[in-house]
Amino acid sequence: MLRTPLHQYHLEHGAQMVEFAGWEMPIMYRWPDKIGGGGGIHEEHKQVRRSGGFFDVSHMGRVRVKGRHARRFLERICTRRISDMQNGQCRYSLVCNGNGGVMDDVLVYRLDDDEFLVVVNASNREKLLAHFENSKGDLVVECEDRTAKTAMVAIQGPRVMDLISRFSREIPTLKRYRFVEKNYLIMKLLVSRTGYTGEDGVEVILPANMVGMAMKMLLKDIGEGDETIIKPAGLGCRDTLRMEAGMPLYGHELGENINALASGLDFAMNLDKDADERGEPFIGMEALKKTRDAGGPSERLVGLLVDGKRTARAHMSVHAGGKHIGEVTSACLSPTLERPIAMAYMLAEHAEPGTRVTIDTGKENKLEAEVCPLPFYKAPKPAAKAN
Amino acid sequence: MSSPADCKYTDSHEWHRLEGDVVTLGITQFAVNELTDITYAELKRVGTQVKPGDPIGEVESVKATSDVYTAVGGEIIEINSTLSDDPSAVNNDPFHAGWLVKIRVSDSAALESLMDGPSYDAKYPV
Repeated sequence: MLRTPLHQYHLEHGAQMVEFAGWEMPIMYRWPDKIGGGGGIHEEHKQVRRSGGFFDVSHMGRVRVKGRHARRFLERICTRRISDMQNGQCRYSLVCNGNGGVMDDVLVYRLDDDEFLVVVNASNREKLLAHFENSKGDLVVECEDRTAKTAMVAIQGPRVMDLISRFSREIPTLKRYRFVEKNYLIMKLLVSRTGYTGEDGVEVILPANMVGMAMKMLLKDIGEGDETIIKPAGLGCRDTLRMEAGMPLYGHELGENINALASGLDFAMNLDKDADERGEPFIGMEALKKTRDAGGPSERLVGLLVDGKRTARAHMSVHAGGKHIGEVTSACLSPTLERPIAMAYMLAEHAEPGTRVTIDTGKENKLEAEVCPLPFYKAPKPAAKAN
Repeated sequence: MSSPADCKYTDSHEWHRLEGDVVTLGITQFAVNELTDITYAELKRVGTQVKPGDPIGEVESVKATSDVYTAVGGEIIEINSTLSDDPSAVNNDPFHAGWLVKIRVSDSAALESLMDGPSYDAKYPV
């Protein structure tokens, strides 16, 4: 199993380690007494919503795409427009196969006119590296897997930017989906105002061998005991946080057999981008146009508010009027809403918010639920600061 | 932390504590670690007759829903009703406050063949 550069940090903070996509990762922590004790998935979740959490996301793949045709290459790979990205900007995009199915969802960083960084899911890293090689054709571009040479952490929560403002004036002024490269001593950090929790915060990419120094800087002055502003948070709460925020996860809401248009991620697809002046069609575009022109995909991704206390599970069948109309893709007991929630693909004619449905648990008990729009949770806007 | 010596253990990670003719039953620390945060426990009703190997209920966690089985037969005489509002006792104190059901046993012989604490901990270290 692969280990991240933060392995020792996890062990020192009471992590329970599990295998995830070939990596040994913390699913949750038993927080040490010096940061207040406790921990576990729900407490970590609430810590992120209330104050701040620190996630090791070094398992995510980081691929540098560089060369004279890097921009054109990524236009071909990504469903979303790349050409109008400014240096210092990030964009969320899908990567499709030729049938319009989703190979992965990625975050593209524009480092320079002809240099990008693409952050991909851990489980898809090797598949995408091969896909990139196979899709180059005669374009002049090099793809370098930077995953092992770098670490990546996410610091998320309403108090995170305040804390960062103690050592950086610039980072808190970043707009959402912007990043900055910072040099501290001999350490180069790439800090972006992005995340996968529904909260404000940053993601930081840094050299693997600088992790110790970077952690000291990033986690300086976080307080102690119950007052600790930022506590370590595992993959368990990362999943429940992203569910509340209505964000899809590859292998659940996204997959090679799921039409990209069904995901509802319309903002991440520019089906007309080949019409631009320097436009380029993307792989899967023709298939998606066909689906669109035929009236759209037959299924839609929806949220379900489940009655009672029991949690639905992925792959459970959703029924209405005795008919199978969909399938649950993810579900949890929402720590913020204090009720079970689920995401599901449902036939478009049943996807209207307010529709009552039944979830078949495969046992005697059935769960009743109501279709609702995504997301389940939006972070409150920070109060305007008095000057 | 070692599993209590006054209990008997199954490979499906239940503990059974015999006091008189009543067995108190719950899930082990190992099970709790595997399941992660317990979010809900649904237990059979008081008065239910169970046979060895029958489910006595289900526990749900962030990760999964799992059946919980009894190794002994008898009648469920009490369930831990505090769990319906707050199942966190199963996480925080699985061997005591987080107990699930009490069964009046007709025959406790089945317990003889179960693992004791040290054998269980050797097989399923936490």
